Amino acid sequence: MPGGVVRVYGLLAWTWIRAAAQYPVSMVLLTFATAAVSMLDVAAIMVMFTRAPRIAGFTAPEVLFLYGTSALSFALADILFGTTERLGKHIREGTLDAMLVRPVSPLIQIATEDFSPRRLGKLVPASLVLALALPRLDVDWTAGRAVMIPAMVLAGVAIFSGLWVLTASLQFVLIDGHGATKSVTYGGAFLTQYPLSMFARDFVRGVTFAVPLAFVNWQPGLYVLDRADPLGLPEAARFASPAVAVVVCVLAGFVWRAGLRHYRSTGS
Amino acid sequence: MSVFPWVAWYALRRYTAYPLSSVAESVTNTAFAFMRAYVLLALWQARPALGGYDVTDAITFCFLTQAMIGPVQIFRGLELSDRIRSGDVAIDLYRPVGLQGWWLADDLGRATAELLLRSGLPMVAGMLVFTLRPAGPWALAAFALALPLAVLVSFAIRYLVALAAFWLHDDRGLQAIALVMSLFFSGMILPLVVFPGWLGGIARALPWAALIQVPADIYLGKRTGSDLVAALGFQAAWAVALLAAGALLTVAARRKLVIHGG
Repeated sequence: MPGGVVRVYGLLAWTWIRAAAQYPVSMVLLTFATAAVSMLDVAAIMVMFTRAPRIAGFTAPEVLFLYGTSALSFALADILFGTTERLGKHIREGTLDAMLVRPVSPLIQIATEDFSPRRLGKLVPASLVLALALPRLDVDWTAGRAVMIPAMVLAGVAIFSGLWVLTASLQFVLIDGHGATKSVTYGGAFLTQYPLSMFARDFVRGVTFAVPLAFVNWQPGLYVLDRADPLGLPEAARFASPAVAVVVCVLAGFVWRAGLRHYRSTGS
Repeated sequence: MSVFPWVAWYALRRYTAYPLSSVAESVTNTAFAFMRAYVLLALWQARPALGGYDVTDAITFCFLTQAMIGPVQIFRGLELSDRIRSGDVAIDLYRPVGLQGWWLADDLGRATAELLLRSGLPMVAGMLVFTLRPAGPWALAAFALALPLAVLVSFAIRYLVALAAFWLHDDRGLQAIALVMSLFFSGMILPLVVFPGWLGGIARALPWAALIQVPADIYLGKRTGSDLVAALGFQAAWAVALLAAGALLTVAARRKLVIHGG
């Protein structure tokens, strides 16, 4: 029942928000601070463009467009599912067992944990940059391109959410693996802020076919910016993001269930 | 014998207790080193010799600084913050040794552990894929001085931030601001040599430059002779000033302390 899931998620998130609101000054400061931390990457991009008009053949508005779509997708996915990365900690401390006896999916319980308006701070720089970059893009706006923007952000949210849950599920097996899986989640967020043509070709193949980060914003972005694909993939790849998103999410759900089924609790 | 070496030794043991977890962290440090290297490679292709660095310097900078994240502790504050929030700091204050000295010893043990477990992989991986600038014997010797100084400055800053919890009660907002400063103004996000004009001037004078940019410059052999002495002096001066500020704040905090619920 998807409606029920959304309702339970909302209810639990609201409970955590009310808890966070007990310390209003701290909550406001944290929201600002969260926004400031996520501003850093865009600050770096701006500083780089003070030194060169084009980087890897892309202009500042084009890179900021990629940054905006990537950061917005990642921020939304992080708000929805980011705390699943704490699974290893819950397993170590035995708190996952407490979640299992409650009548709500443990995935929802972990995802809503510590849900606070401060997480919304991440959306501010991302949406601001996207709003500023879009009118500055030198593209011929057609209906298809305009529709592609929200479509790619939604697909990006789904891909990143799937990756959050997938990498969290790995912690059922590799309890200490959290440090390494961050290279997929946070690393993926960093990578997709830049044109993938900056990176080595084999690396781009890896993030296209193995971990499908290229479908967050690079492939659809090539369509919006009307650019040639350096890997020479067929035109259809540019519209494949929603399909890739569905595959990633289905796989994530499957792996999560498998992990939960094989969970044996810790200790003696 | 003083108790401090023991504090440092037990911190070293504690931080080497989960080696797999530390190695997992260094995998992510390495992945970011590669991504940052490709980004800088593209920038240096557009602007060769930017800020006095050549391409090899820029790439070496990425791997070296990713290797330094653990020991210099760019991302996390001190455990002391949690103890102030929970009230456990009362136990720390009962001890017959100074609060600052105790936590400094603990942090030096932690830094050594992270140097052993987290710094190797990024450097080795970088050398296998790219040509990194090898440090000469003098540069390496100077770097061996600069790295502990960087840890000292880093500790001094994190200690000040942690002590603020005595007044703020919930210090997470301040911790986040501190993270922004230490990421951006240390050179971790972009080398400070890329920063234009006045922004670069300010960034190079702030204490965060002593964490990453100055030791990296020393490793790359950018600071030699009297310039090297000035670089190490810059680090030492900030370390002394910030540690002194921390000592003063400790005195004030002792008077301020109210343990929650008691």
